[in-house]
Amino acid sequence: MTAKEKSWKEISPAGVCWKSSTQFLTGDWKTYKPVRDLEKCTRCLLCVLFCPDGAIHWKPEKGDIEFDYNFCKGCGICANECPAKAIEMKLE
Amino acid sequence: MKSVVKQEVLALNGDEAVAFAAKQSDVDVVAAYPITPQTIIVERFSEYVANGEVETEFVCTESEHSALTACLAASVTGARAFTASASAGLALMHEMLFVTSGCRAPVVMAIANRALSAPLNIHGDHSDTMTERDSGWIQIYVENAQEAYDSVIQAFKIAENTDVLLPVIVGLDGFTLSHTLENVHVLSDDAVKRFVGTRKFINVTNHEGRTVPFKLDPDNPTSMGPIALPNYYFEFKRQQEEAMKNALKVIQDVNKEYAEISGRSYGDGLVDAYYVEDAEVAIVCLGSTAGTVKAVVDELRAEGVKAGLLRIRTFRPLPVERIVDTLKNAKAVAVMDRSMSFGGNGGPVFHEVRHALYDADKHPYIVNYIYGLGGRDTSPMQIRKIYEDLQKILRIKRVETRVQYLGLRE
Repeated sequence: MTAKEKSWKEISPAGVCWKSSTQFLTGDWKTYKPVRDLEKCTRCLLCVLFCPDGAIHWKPEKGDIEFDYNFCKGCGICANECPAKAIEMKLE
Repeated sequence: MKSVVKQEVLALNGDEAVAFAAKQSDVDVVAAYPITPQTIIVERFSEYVANGEVETEFVCTESEHSALTACLAASVTGARAFTASASAGLALMHEMLFVTSGCRAPVVMAIANRALSAPLNIHGDHSDTMTERDSGWIQIYVENAQEAYDSVIQAFKIAENTDVLLPVIVGLDGFTLSHTLENVHVLSDDAVKRFVGTRKFINVTNHEGRTVPFKLDPDNPTSMGPIALPNYYFEFKRQQEEAMKNALKVIQDVNKEYAEISGRSYGDGLVDAYYVEDAEVAIVCLGSTAGTVKAVVDELRAEGVKAGLLRIRTFRPLPVERIVDTLKNAKAVAVMDRSMSFGGNGGPVFHEVRHALYDADKHPYIVNYIYGLGGRDTSPMQIRKIYEDLQKILRIKRVETRVQYLGLRE
């Protein structure tokens, strides 16, 4: 999902924004995105721990993790840290 | 033009006039670091503070970079902030100039224009402010101490206009204006206070979704200028350009409004035209040199030469239409630059004026004179020579040397 981006006439000056950085989602300009192989994943949550943008969330009710692609920069740290090699960086 | 308020005549030099204007403008915060030739502004202002003549928080910082940072911080919390600098001090502020204009903080800064090193030189030329012409600050260049006084008062009203919200530089030529004593007509404290008024704020939506005034306030938290990635930065810069466009009208309005109370106006606030409507040969210049040129124009007019002067008062935003309109009858134009753009095609003012005339119906012959660098004097005889050169260009119908150096030993 991509947030609707506003024109220069619609935004407040000087970076004053609604919910701070949530208005400036990073998701639109990434080139790679992490894709998980569910079978390999052990739910060790190292990816959640290492994601620099907090874009991977642990959902206890599902017992699984979710990627928030609106915040993901596609840096690939999660894929590097994954001990089971369950995350692959794919071109968007 | 008649003034409606009673005025006093004081003997002030340019710097003192600026300090006096800042004092009357009811400034909340002044943060500054002294540098020649601006020092007198800060000295006088600190005296006003020490004597209890003004209720201002005076911050002695350890560098110009910190001085502007303090002013920016004060300004975004809603205070009226003022600072002064020159030359190397302005260069040290470079980063913060962009932050201030980007945060849309209406800080007013007086610059006593001075040459930049090396070699070290403390005297007047426009190298410092010309270097900062793309920093998003409105730039006003003044002709005399009287205009310096008037312009600082106007600057607060221009900067704080809700359609503009941009910082303003008031440039006065170092030593030529900053250290020369003149008779300055000053308004009463009340009249200035009424004219400048209190700061107004636009409304923005904060992170809680509430509509709050555009300032930092602990009770209504907002974030200002934190980060904009490639998907938004461009949009913020476009907003600043729009504010500059709005400033063109606001500057004219403020100039008109000020004329009503003081009886003094400077052209239309953007350009100051002197006999240029029917002039065949015209000079375009900034700042104090205009006084010398006016004297020469008077002499030449008495001799029957159709000479004129266009002084660009507001260099940023550049009043392109006014320049084209005012120069429409000129057949040969000389642009005087008190700074150099090394490796460029002439000086910065020449770039701008020549570029503005590209879209005009009639294109005059146009030449550039670099003059007065590092405080070198420019005499009426030299100005006269420019007009003679322009007349020669009209006779031979071509420009021989596009960029010339006035007063350089060759």
